[in-house]
Amino acid sequence: MKLPRHLLSVDDLTRESAIAILDTAAELSKLSDGKMKKLPTLRGRAVVNLFYEDSTRTRISFETAAKRLSADVINFNAKGSSVSKGESLKDTALTLQAMGADAVIIRHPSSGAPQRLADSGWIKGPVINAGDGTRQHPTQALLDAFTIRNRFGRLGGGLDGLRLAIVGDILHSRVARSNIFLASMLGAEVTLIAPPTLLPVEIDQWPVDVSYRIDSKIYEFDIVMPLRIQRERMNQGYFPTEREFSRHYGLNVDRVAKMKPDAVILHPGPMNRGVEIDAGSADSTRSLIVDQVANGVFVRMAVLYLLMAGSDHSLDHDTEGEGAWR
Amino acid sequence: MAMRTVLSNGVDLDGRRVNLEIEGDRITSIESAPVGRSHDDVDVVDLKGMTIAPALVDLHTHLREPGKEDAETVASGSAAAVRGGFGAISAMPNTNPVADTAGVVEQVFSLGIEAGLCDVFPIGAVTVGQGGEQLAEILAMAESRAQVRVFSDDGHCVSDPVLMRRALEYVKIFDGVIAQHAEDPALTRGAQMNEGAVSARLGLKGWPAVAEEAIIARDVLLADHVGSRLHICHVSTAGSVEIIRWAKARGIRVTAEVTPHHLLLTEDLATSFDPVYKVNPPLRSSADVMALREGLADGTIDIIATDHAPHPEEAKECEWDAAAFGMIGLETALAISNKAMVDSGLMNFSELIARMSSKPAEIAGYREHIDPLKVGRVASLMIVDRARTWQVDRQNSVSRSKNTPFHGTEVGCYVHDVMYKGSWVMREGTVLG
Repeated sequence: MKLPRHLLSVDDLTRESAIAILDTAAELSKLSDGKMKKLPTLRGRAVVNLFYEDSTRTRISFETAAKRLSADVINFNAKGSSVSKGESLKDTALTLQAMGADAVIIRHPSSGAPQRLADSGWIKGPVINAGDGTRQHPTQALLDAFTIRNRFGRLGGGLDGLRLAIVGDILHSRVARSNIFLASMLGAEVTLIAPPTLLPVEIDQWPVDVSYRIDSKIYEFDIVMPLRIQRERMNQGYFPTEREFSRHYGLNVDRVAKMKPDAVILHPGPMNRGVEIDAGSADSTRSLIVDQVANGVFVRMAVLYLLMAGSDHSLDHDTEGEGAWR
Repeated sequence: MAMRTVLSNGVDLDGRRVNLEIEGDRITSIESAPVGRSHDDVDVVDLKGMTIAPALVDLHTHLREPGKEDAETVASGSAAAVRGGFGAISAMPNTNPVADTAGVVEQVFSLGIEAGLCDVFPIGAVTVGQGGEQLAEILAMAESRAQVRVFSDDGHCVSDPVLMRRALEYVKIFDGVIAQHAEDPALTRGAQMNEGAVSARLGLKGWPAVAEEAIIARDVLLADHVGSRLHICHVSTAGSVEIIRWAKARGIRVTAEVTPHHLLLTEDLATSFDPVYKVNPPLRSSADVMALREGLADGTIDIIATDHAPHPEEAKECEWDAAAFGMIGLETALAISNKAMVDSGLMNFSELIARMSSKPAEIAGYREHIDPLKVGRVASLMIVDRARTWQVDRQNSVSRSKNTPFHGTEVGCYVHDVMYKGSWVMREGTVLG
C-alpha cells in the first residue's frame, strides 16, 4: 500500500490507501478512548498551520490532531497577506522551510495553491491541503467517509452500495468535489441535488447522478449532505432569493421525515440554520454533525501520522510503550 | 566594408536554389545561378542550402514600455523579435501610460527606431485609457509620426456596442482597422481558464467560449452594417472559426489571427496549476485546437500573431489566480507554428511564412513588408535552417522575461540570421548591437 507524499486532493489516494487512512483513524480513536490522550509519535517535529482563510474549525481540528501526536504546532495566520499585498506564497514557504517546518497544512482561497507549494520545491516536507479555493478539501471527505463507515458498520471496508446525496451549491464547493470522488472511489453511489446554476459544466463526465429536485428522491438515500450556502453567493443571481432556495433545496423536518428509517444527515459546517438546513434537521437524531467534528481529529491524526512517520510504522506492532509510536 | 551583399547557395520558400544580391537597403537581383567569391566591394555569404524567407511581421506584441520596463522594453522586445525572425512588430497600447495619444505612440515609435533592430509599429488605444467609455484621439495618432493604422483596446474588449460601432466608422477616415479582443466582460468576470470539464474539476472559474463567440458575432454584424474593417485578435475557439467563416462567406471585411500557443497547447496543462500556462484567451480543448488549425489552413483565419506577453518572474511564481495572464512568444513563433501546421501536413512552409509576413503586413498596411523578397524591395529577410532541431530553453530567451510555455519542447526551423533593411541584425543566432 503506497501513500502519497502529500495530501493535496482525493485524487492522490487509491481505494486501498484511503481505507488505510480510515483504518488508522479507527485505531487512533480506540487509543484515544483510553487514558492515553497524547501519543509521542511526532515529538520534536514541527507542523505549520498556514491559513490564508479564516477557518477556526479546521485549524483547531488540525492543531488538536498534531498536538495529540506531540508535534509542535505553529499557527501562521496569513489571511490578507496573500494575493495582492504582503509576502508572496513563495517567500512565506521559504521562511517556513528555513524555520524547520516538517509539514505544512495549508488552507488557501486559491484553487491549486497547495499543489503549487508541493510542486515548487519551496517546502521539503509533506503538504496537506486543508481546503483550497473551490477545488479540494481531502481531509473533510476522509472524515465524512469515516463517519459514514462507523455509522453503517463498515469498519475495515469501503462505502460500497451506500447512496449519498449532496445537496446545494456544488459549483463552489471543495467539500463536494472531494466527497464525490472519494465516496465513489469507495463504492458509494453519489447523487447531486442542486439547481442547474449551482452545478459545474460538463457534470455528465462525473461519476454521479444529477437531480434538480430534492423531493423526488429523498427517500432513496442513506446519507444526505446539505452544503453550506456561502453568504456572498446569495447576491450573485445563482438563485432568486434565499427563501426560494431554502424552500426548494433546504433540508427540513418534512423532508427528513421521508428519509429511509436509518438514513443520516451530514453537514461540513458551519451551518446556515434556516437556509440549507433547518434547526429540527440539524438537531435530529439522524444528524451526525457533532460526530463529524470529533472524527475530524482522528482522521487528521491518521493523515499526519502516515505522511510524517511513514506507513512502515504499523500501529499494531507494539502499543504498550512510548517506543511504539516512533 | 562591403557595399553589396550576396546571399549565395540559398533556397527559396518552394525549395528552389536562389542567390540574392542586396545593395544598400534593397534587393537588387535574384538569380538561380551561383555568384562568385567575395572581393573588395562584395560580401558573399554561403547559405549552404538554408532557406531565405521574408522577415516575419507580428500584429500583436506587448513591449511593456513605457511603464513596465522590468518585464520588457522596446529594445529588449525588438531583440526577441529579431531572434524569432521578425522584421516588424506591433506594440499593443496597454502600457502605462496607455498609448492613447499621439505623444505616447510617437514615443514608442521613436524607441523602436532607436533600437534599430526591426520596425516597431505602435497600435493605438481605441478608447481613452482603454477605459471603454470615450474614443481616444484616433486621428491624431493616425496623423502622428507613428502613422498608426491599427487600433485596439487589447486586453479590454470594446464591449459597448455603440462605442464599437463608432470606432469602426471613425477609422474609415484613413482606412484603419479595429483589432478587437473579443471577450464579453460580464461572462468572464474572475475567469481563470477555459470553462469545461477541466475547470470544473480544478475548481477554477471558467472562461466560456460563448464569451468570445458572442462578441465576434456582434462585431462582424456591426462591421457589415457600417462597411468597415474588423480584425479579430487571438481567435481561440471552434465556434469563433465558424462565425468568421460565415462572415467571410457573406463578404464582411473581417480578418482574424491565431497565436502559436493556441495552435499547439490545450487546457489540460492547467492541471499542473503552473501559471506559465495561464493566458487570455485561455488554452482551450483539443477540438478547438484542431478547428483553429483547419481554420488557418483554409484561410478563415488569415494570420498568426504572437500575443507576446512578457511578465516578470514574480507575476508567474505564485498561485494560479494571482498570476498574470500571458506568455512570451516572439522567439518561438515560427518553430511552434511550423510544428503545428507544417509538420502536421496542414500547410506548406511557403504558405505558413506568408501568413506570418506579407498577410499581416497587408492587414495593417505595413507597406515595406507587403510583397517582399522581390527585386527593388527592401531587404528585410531571415535565413532559416529548416533541418536543424533545437530545444526551447527559457534561460536562453532574449526577452527580458522568461515566461515561455514551451520550455523543453523539441522543435525545428531554426532562425539562423536576420537582415533588416539591408543590414544584418542577427548572425548565427546572435542578435547584434
